[in-house]
Amino acid sequence: MTVLSLRGINKTFGAVAALTDIELDVAAGQVVAVVGDNGAGKSTLVKILSGVHPPDSGTITFEGRQVEIPTPAAAHKLGIATVFQDLALCENLDVIQNLFLGQEIRPLRLNDVAMETRSWELLRQLSAKIPSVRVPVAALSGGQRQTVAIARSLLGDPKVIILDEPTAALGVAQTAEVLNLVERLRENGLGVIMISHNMADVKAVADTVAVLRLGRNNGVFAVDQVSTEDIIAAITGATDNVVSRRNQRGQQ
Amino acid sequence: MSAVTTDRQDERLQSRDGWRGAITDVVERARGGDLGVIPVVVGLIVIWSVFQALNPIFLSSANLVNLTLESAAVGVIALGIVCVLLVGQIDLSVGSVSGLSGAVLAVLFVGQGLPVWVAILASVLMGAVIGWLYGQLFNRFGVPSFVITLAGLLAFLGLQLYVLGTKGSINLPFDSALVNFAQLDFVPAPLSYAFAVIASAWLFLSGYLHAQARRKAGLSAKGLSTLVVRSVALLAVLAFVVWYLGQTRGVGWMFVFFVALVLIMHYLLSRTKWGRSVYAVGGNVEAARRAGIDVKAVFTSVFVLCSTFAAVGGIMAAARLAAANQSSGAGDVNLNAIAAAVIGGTSLFGGRGTAFGALLGIIVIQSISSGLTLLNLDSSIRFVVTGAVLLLAVVVDSVSRRSRTSHGRA
Repeated sequence: MTVLSLRGINKTFGAVAALTDIELDVAAGQVVAVVGDNGAGKSTLVKILSGVHPPDSGTITFEGRQVEIPTPAAAHKLGIATVFQDLALCENLDVIQNLFLGQEIRPLRLNDVAMETRSWELLRQLSAKIPSVRVPVAALSGGQRQTVAIARSLLGDPKVIILDEPTAALGVAQTAEVLNLVERLRENGLGVIMISHNMADVKAVADTVAVLRLGRNNGVFAVDQVSTEDIIAAITGATDNVVSRRNQRGQQ
Repeated sequence: MSAVTTDRQDERLQSRDGWRGAITDVVERARGGDLGVIPVVVGLIVIWSVFQALNPIFLSSANLVNLTLESAAVGVIALGIVCVLLVGQIDLSVGSVSGLSGAVLAVLFVGQGLPVWVAILASVLMGAVIGWLYGQLFNRFGVPSFVITLAGLLAFLGLQLYVLGTKGSINLPFDSALVNFAQLDFVPAPLSYAFAVIASAWLFLSGYLHAQARRKAGLSAKGLSTLVVRSVALLAVLAFVVWYLGQTRGVGWMFVFFVALVLIMHYLLSRTKWGRSVYAVGGNVEAARRAGIDVKAVFTSVFVLCSTFAAVGGIMAAARLAAANQSSGAGDVNLNAIAAAVIGGTSLFGGRGTAFGALLGIIVIQSISSGLTLLNLDSSIRFVVTGAVLLLAVVVDSVSRRSRTSHGRA
C-alpha cells in the first residue's frame, strides 16, 4: 500500500532547475533508497518532504490525500519524520532530554518518570544498545547518536521516515547497527526513504532504489534484480563511466 | 533490589548504589571535567581560611550577617547573568541598568512623591522593557549581544545621570518600608528555624515521592536511607547557619528574598519546558530550532529576565544604601555579577550552569570584598583581586570544558 507518492515535482532556485518532474512512491514497510551523484537533487527532495522548502509545482499524496507541506511542523503533523545528516542533537543534554526536546510531557512541571519510561520503550523497540539514558549525548558513539536521532523521530508515531545519509560518518560495526535499525523500522511497518551514497548499504537494506540524475528521475529498480554496476550507470548516466573504467583497470 | 529495573538492564552498567557509589560518581565526574560546585567550595574554604587567619573578625557572626545582606543585591543581578550565559550570550549592561533602576525609583518615590510600590513597579517594568529591546535588536539584526549591551552600558549610564539631574544624589527616607526591608528587617529566630525545617522536609518529601513514582514505573530509585541522610544533612547545615547568624542580628529578609528568587529560578530552569529550551539553545541553537523550539522567544525571554533582575538588584542596592547616586551600579557591579555567575559554575560557552551557582558565586565574591575591606585595603587592590579571581574562574571553565570534550561529557 502506497503511503507517500510524489508526482511531477518541480523546484528551481533562480535559474537552476534543482528538480524536474520527480516521481517517487513509498509503501508501508518498504525501504526506498534514493541515490544520485552530488548535485542530483537528493537534498532538495529531502527538504521538500520535510517542509523546509515548498515545491514550485507538482502533487504530494500522503495516505490517499493530496497534501501540502509548507513547514517542518506540518511535515511532523502529517507523520513524515526526517533525520538530518547532522542529527541536530544537543550535546549538553542527556538522551531523554534530547528525545523529548520541544515536546516535553507536562511543560510546567516536567514529568521525568513518564519521559524516561517512554524513552526506554522507544530504545527497546529499536533494540538500541544505549547503556544509560542519563548520560549527555556527547558521551555517545556515532552509531548511538544516530539511534537517538532516529528514536526521536519515532516519538510522533510517523508513517514515513526519511534518513539523510544515515551511515555517512560511521564505522563498520556502527554502520551494521544502523542498517539493522532500518530493517527494524521496516518490520514496524514504516515507509523508509534512505538517502545514501553507499551502494553496499543500498544493496543490503533497500527494497527499491530510485536514481536521480541532474534533478530528474533516472530509473527505479527493484534492488534484487539490479546489479551495482547498473545503478552506478544510472547515476552517472553512462555505462562507460569513471567508476566502470576504474573497475576494469582493477581487473586487468 | 530483587528485579532488575528498566534503566539498569544493560550489562555494561556498573552498579553504583549507596554512598560509595555516589562518591565514586562525583570523583569520576570531576576527573572528566564535570566539576560542578567543587571549585566554588574549595575556593570558599581557601578564601575563608586565609581571611580568618589575617583577621579574626572575618568569620564572626556580625560580619557574616553583613556579608549576606551585601551579597543579596548583586546576587540577584548575577541570577540574571546566569540565564543569559546559559544561552551562550552576555549582558554587560546590568550595572548601568541597576543604577538607572535605582535612580528611577528614587526620582519617582522621593522626587515625585509616588507610593513606593508604584516606583518599584515602574523600575522593574523599565528593566523588562530594556531586556525586550535587547532581545529585538539581537533577534532582528543579529548583532552580537556583547556589542548591544556594551552600547546599553553607556547609554543607560547616561540616562541614569540625566534622571538624577544636577543634584546627582537622592536619599531615600529612612523610615520607608523599602529601606527597612533592606537594612533592619530580620527573620525572627523561630521563623528562621521553621524555614530550615520546611526546606529539609520539602527536600525529603519531593525526593520520596519522586522515588515512589520511579519505582512504580519500574525504574531504579534512590533508597530511603539516602533520602533521609540528605535531608538531615541539609537540616543540620541550615540550622547551623541560622543559629550562627542568630548570634547577632540573624537572617535578613532581603537575603531570604534573594534565596527565594534562586529557588524559583532553579525550578524554572530544571523542571519546566522553558528551562529545557534555554539549555538546548545554549547547547546547539540549530538543533533547538529544528526541534520546534521558538529560539527567538527564548532569547527574548532570557534578555528580559536578565534586565529585570538587574533592575530588581538596583532597587535592592538603593534600598540598602538608602540612596541612589551617580555611582550606583558603577564600578565593579557589572563584573562582580558576571564573576559570581562564572565562579558559580556557569559556562561562558553556554548550556551549563545552575541558579545555585549565582548564590555560591556571589558569596565567594562578597567574601573577597568583605575580607579586603576588613584588612583596610582600598578598592584598587579589591579590583585587582576580583579581576584575578574572575580570570581564574574563566580558566577553570575553559580547562574543564576541554577535559569534558576529551572525556565525552561536553
